[in-house]
Amino acid sequence: MTEHSNFSMTRRWFLALAGAGVTTGVLSSLAFARAPVGQTMGEGFQPTVWYAIAADGRITMHIHMAEMGQHVGTALSRIIAEELEADWDDVEFVHVDTDPKWGYMVTGGSWSVNHNFFAFSRAGAAGRMALIEAGAREMGVPAEECMARASKVIHGDQSISYGELVARGAVDRQFSKTELEAIKLKPASERRLLNRDTLARDVPEKVDGSAIYGIDRTIEGMVYARPVMPPVRFGSTVKHWDDSAAKAIPGYLQTVEIDDPTNTCQGWLVAVAESWTAASKAVDALNVTWAGGSGKETSEADLLAEGKRLVNDDTAGSLFMLEGEPDAVLDAADKVHEGLYQTHTVLHMQLEPGNALVWQDGDTWRVHAGNQWQSLTLPLVAKALEIDPANLVFETSYLGGGFGRRLFCDFVVPAALTAKAIGRPVKMVMARPDDAQFDCPRSPTVQKVRSVTDESGAMRAYDHACASGWSTAPIAPAFLADGINGGKVDPFSISGADHWYTVETMRVRTAKNEKVHETFLPGNLRSVAPGYTLWAVETHMDEVANSLGQDPAAFRRSLLNAAGRNAGEAPHAVGGAGRLREVLDRVVERSGWAKREDLPEGTGMGIAITAGQERAMPTWIATVAQVRVDRATGEVTLEHLWASIDAGTLAHPDGALAQAEGALLWGASMAIHEGTEIENGLPRDQNLDTYTPMRMHQVPELDIDFVTNDYMPVGLGEPGVIGVAPAIGNAIFHATGARLRSIPMRPQDILKALES
Amino acid sequence: MIKFTLNERAVEVDVPGDTPLLWVLRDELGLTGTKFGCGIAQCGACTVHVGGQARRSCVTPISTLDGAAVITIEGLAASAGRDNGELHPVQTAWIEAQAPQCGYCQSGQIMQAAALLAESPEPTDEEISAGMAGNLCRCMAYVRIRQAIKLAAASQSKGNKQ
Repeated sequence: MTEHSNFSMTRRWFLALAGAGVTTGVLSSLAFARAPVGQTMGEGFQPTVWYAIAADGRITMHIHMAEMGQHVGTALSRIIAEELEADWDDVEFVHVDTDPKWGYMVTGGSWSVNHNFFAFSRAGAAGRMALIEAGAREMGVPAEECMARASKVIHGDQSISYGELVARGAVDRQFSKTELEAIKLKPASERRLLNRDTLARDVPEKVDGSAIYGIDRTIEGMVYARPVMPPVRFGSTVKHWDDSAAKAIPGYLQTVEIDDPTNTCQGWLVAVAESWTAASKAVDALNVTWAGGSGKETSEADLLAEGKRLVNDDTAGSLFMLEGEPDAVLDAADKVHEGLYQTHTVLHMQLEPGNALVWQDGDTWRVHAGNQWQSLTLPLVAKALEIDPANLVFETSYLGGGFGRRLFCDFVVPAALTAKAIGRPVKMVMARPDDAQFDCPRSPTVQKVRSVTDESGAMRAYDHACASGWSTAPIAPAFLADGINGGKVDPFSISGADHWYTVETMRVRTAKNEKVHETFLPGNLRSVAPGYTLWAVETHMDEVANSLGQDPAAFRRSLLNAAGRNAGEAPHAVGGAGRLREVLDRVVERSGWAKREDLPEGTGMGIAITAGQERAMPTWIATVAQVRVDRATGEVTLEHLWASIDAGTLAHPDGALAQAEGALLWGASMAIHEGTEIENGLPRDQNLDTYTPMRMHQVPELDIDFVTNDYMPVGLGEPGVIGVAPAIGNAIFHATGARLRSIPMRPQDILKALES
Repeated sequence: MIKFTLNERAVEVDVPGDTPLLWVLRDELGLTGTKFGCGIAQCGACTVHVGGQARRSCVTPISTLDGAAVITIEGLAASAGRDNGELHPVQTAWIEAQAPQCGYCQSGQIMQAAALLAESPEPTDEEISAGMAGNLCRCMAYVRIRQAIKLAAASQSKGNKQ
């Protein structure tokens, strides 16, 4: 009954299998898989750090972005392979660890393809240039008469493969940063991989159980742990604890009180045992009393009330954007369109709960945990361990969902401190309620929008105020920006309110809701700020259109002049708001918008147009939702979603489509299925019985249409989320005349709106 | 000592009887393809087959499995007579549809789908919805999961007719 015997059992079985020569079938070679996703770099010719070409012709791309469902390795490898003129069949990739040579490591913001596009394209081109020079030398012909195709340098009837050039030691050119930046990319007409489909390379191991996530790694001699959560996120201290009941649990080893130099863990204990189930039982059996605790009485209503106060106080917060003098127009107007919009707390509920395996390996500490922002988490963990960051390495694993939860990997800290305290490798796994209680949720938000239109519908003033937690402030304050009128703003908490509609005067103000920060750590959640700022923008625009008696699609189109600040700029936003107009026209056509008045009673269509994630990387999307509303119950059935998307060049079109599908459904889920409220300082819903993301039977029909072009690729993980909630809210209005200004839109909210 | 068959091989484990099968698979027997999501049978990530039926292993005490036949994602293909690394038709369909995103729920989805198809070889949309409603995909890859189930059904029915 002891864990020692369990481990013996395990070893015996493993050895027996090995002895029996069992290689397939019953137990695949996956048993006790220990290898992380990528352990070794490629070998051979490395014109830059991003890939290596081996003497056998294999081309190994080094992927420094986390794989969390976007098939990012496939997409990034396509970018390099395109300019390298590599045969796709020669290409493989590894996910790298945290060697400083990879530069800043963060996977978020839908940035991966966009931010790496030029660097990876140039890296590929550099290799091609070097290989052509070498191939020409080897063949004794002028380089300018050679070309590269399918991993070969070709001159007339002669050719030499990349692998052969490497095998001969004929190529060793390295490129400096300046040389790389001077490289001109090939014209889009010469592309052979981008905008063309391929299978994602990570899929096979995700269907046979062999993919290794953070939670799957084991280390000889490791013990298991589960944390004991304090009553609230901040300000708790352990007064007293007693593990006498836990000592009766077979396999229980000890409880560690976490003394955290980073103050990430405030009042945490961690129970350690020879199995996770024993550690988990020990947590339940521990008797702990705490003192203090910030926000223990705080409710969602308190947070929203503070938000409302902040948006109504013109002096609160700082300006994110200002054009002209909106006050002059607002003060002089006969009529001001005004709306107050809010969003409730949303949890990540990434399916793999927070976990980390931490161990000391000589002078080096090693961490195995899914991680989206290594460059933020690594210094934090080094500080916690009181070691030089150079002595800390994060391995890479697949992420069982990122969605922004694994940007700030606070959960690595208690695992590391426990490993340090007991001198053994520790794998800490949070139970689902632990994970939910200490999620970094999307902050509840309150937004006030006021606008003025003239008799033709032209917008003369647009004034947007938003109060929310500022996700950037506590974890990466250096990323805060200067406000226009002084003070600081968190661009990641207001982005999107600076929309692409033409308006004469405009102001965007953002205020940090300190009450949120006293209660929990507001985080980034798929679609980040545009996930709520566009809820306000696009609901407001719909209200204005309806109040002017204009068609909501035509009204929006009339404000997309692509002039001035909305003209767009190269390379990321060529065409500006004109591309938004194009996707609007496409979705109107595809959805049959013109016939929306012919829909049955209680059924309606709503539209929203968005350009997330940010103006520096706009993905142009127009979304139409069709809903059916049961007036008796308030039940909304989302029947159909259409989205027309212009994301520029698609590095991996099928992956782009998959991201769009998931993002649209995320948007729908947050609009009508999920969401929680803070109660006594914690999320009310802490497991998947009462926290209810969309399920299979709730999925609407999807119609997704990509514009095909060769513009710079932008982002795809998040932008699809943004327009869905307002499109659904606007569809409910069309179906019933009831205007919803708060998400999630629950049946009781719809009944209430129907009454008023 | 609990004795059962795991992926058609006899195993014995010596753990407390209330230990959920999930943790026996993952931490005692080293089969990590079966995933921990919620611990209360609400997400389906831990789905395995017990006696051919889909079962949430996170709430299945090991003591109830004496003599049982357990199949996990690692043994699914072999349980259907596939060998040498060949995949189960449901897994093949999953690749064809490029269903997984992060992939964490997919072992459970595939095990659930395989059980659904065993019971109902040509499921209607409603049967797919009902059969799969207990399996959360947080990436919301539902469109492709449905498509993959239909592909698997089609390939099985083609196989049966041949």
